[in-house]
Amino acid sequence: MGMARVAPTKKEKTKTLQAFLVELAIYGVFVTGYFFLVLHYLAGWLQDLHLHHVKLYASMTIVLIIGQAVFLESVTTWLLRLLRGRAE
Amino acid sequence: MFFPISNSHISPVYLVVIGFFIGILGGFFGVGGSFIAGPALRAVGLDWNFAVGTDLAHIVGKSVVAAKRHRALGNVDLKLGLIMAIGTMGGAEVGAQLIQMLKRAGNVNFVVSVVSIAIYASISSFMIWEAWRTLHYQKKRRPRSKVPGTAAKQDESSFSHRTQAIQRLKIWPMISLPASGVKAISLWVILLVSFIGGLFSGFLGGGAGYIRMPMLVYVLGIPTHLAVGTDLFEIIISASYGTFSHAVKGNVDILIALVMHTGAAIGAQIGAISTQYFAGPKIRMAFVPLPLIGAAIVIYTLVTGHKL
Repeated sequence: MGMARVAPTKKEKTKTLQAFLVELAIYGVFVTGYFFLVLHYLAGWLQDLHLHHVKLYASMTIVLIIGQAVFLESVTTWLLRLLRGRAE
Repeated sequence: MFFPISNSHISPVYLVVIGFFIGILGGFFGVGGSFIAGPALRAVGLDWNFAVGTDLAHIVGKSVVAAKRHRALGNVDLKLGLIMAIGTMGGAEVGAQLIQMLKRAGNVNFVVSVVSIAIYASISSFMIWEAWRTLHYQKKRRPRSKVPGTAAKQDESSFSHRTQAIQRLKIWPMISLPASGVKAISLWVILLVSFIGGLFSGFLGGGAGYIRMPMLVYVLGIPTHLAVGTDLFEIIISASYGTFSHAVKGNVDILIALVMHTGAAIGAQIGAISTQYFAGPKIRMAFVPLPLIGAAIVIYTLVTGHKL
């Protein structure tokens, strides 16, 4: 287990940090919109499921959290590619 | 922000920040971060049973993101992860049933707090001893690499003689784990390790990476980087099962989990990428303060009864 990797240069680190900060800002806007739109409309429906259809609610918890994970992972990867592409 | 399912008011900014921080830890150490998330949710007034179930749901999402990144880095042993998922689910169900028993007895908060403090303190003590010894022997045995700008995926453990003894146990069926460099190990040892991890997952919440990641390294002999990635992959399956089990019992507020996960999604990617720049013993040494922070928060909440 002696796999050596070359550490990034200072210039690369600065570029990565800048891309990350821009990504964070764009991501923040997405997430704020997400809070006020999606969660606002989902809350009542999920509460009803939680009270009256507990197995359906349990299934929806898995679907929603994995769905959000896949979606957000795609968004962050896309943002990183976009920003790195512009920086190069 | 009001969360109607758990009937609680929690700041979404607080949840996102906690999620982001735990996401970094999860991606770097292969842990669910429940030793921080559980107390952090408890600190804003959520009951332990909701804190445990909701934390599990958020861990599923975060682990999807981090495991995908680790897989790209070659840090996931799929065969081991799938086998472990079986034992973990059995253990998680037993742990969840224990929580239900304590809920009925009315002392869930006290018992879970005391058990979590004992577990967190024990893990930290053992890991600081082992990682310090390994780093100490490495320093004595050979000079440090003088090549500037390199960091290696080197992995040694002063506990390796015990690990080798465990691998020599001939309890049929024996299996090999080529991706992790393990020639032969009893299937029952893997299932036992995963069952114990699952038990803690169901009982204390989270993916129980705080106990499973050290066991993967010290009991099964998996290199630290692979232990981190494989643990995260396995957590997706076991935490999904745990989330479903807790949700059926009414212990999950999925809205809180979704908000936390928005921060965790980005933190998990940063943590996963960061593992490339550290060797195994250093990752293990850095791991040590985390369970202690969790224990300190639980002690504070338990003793004072105050929210942080």
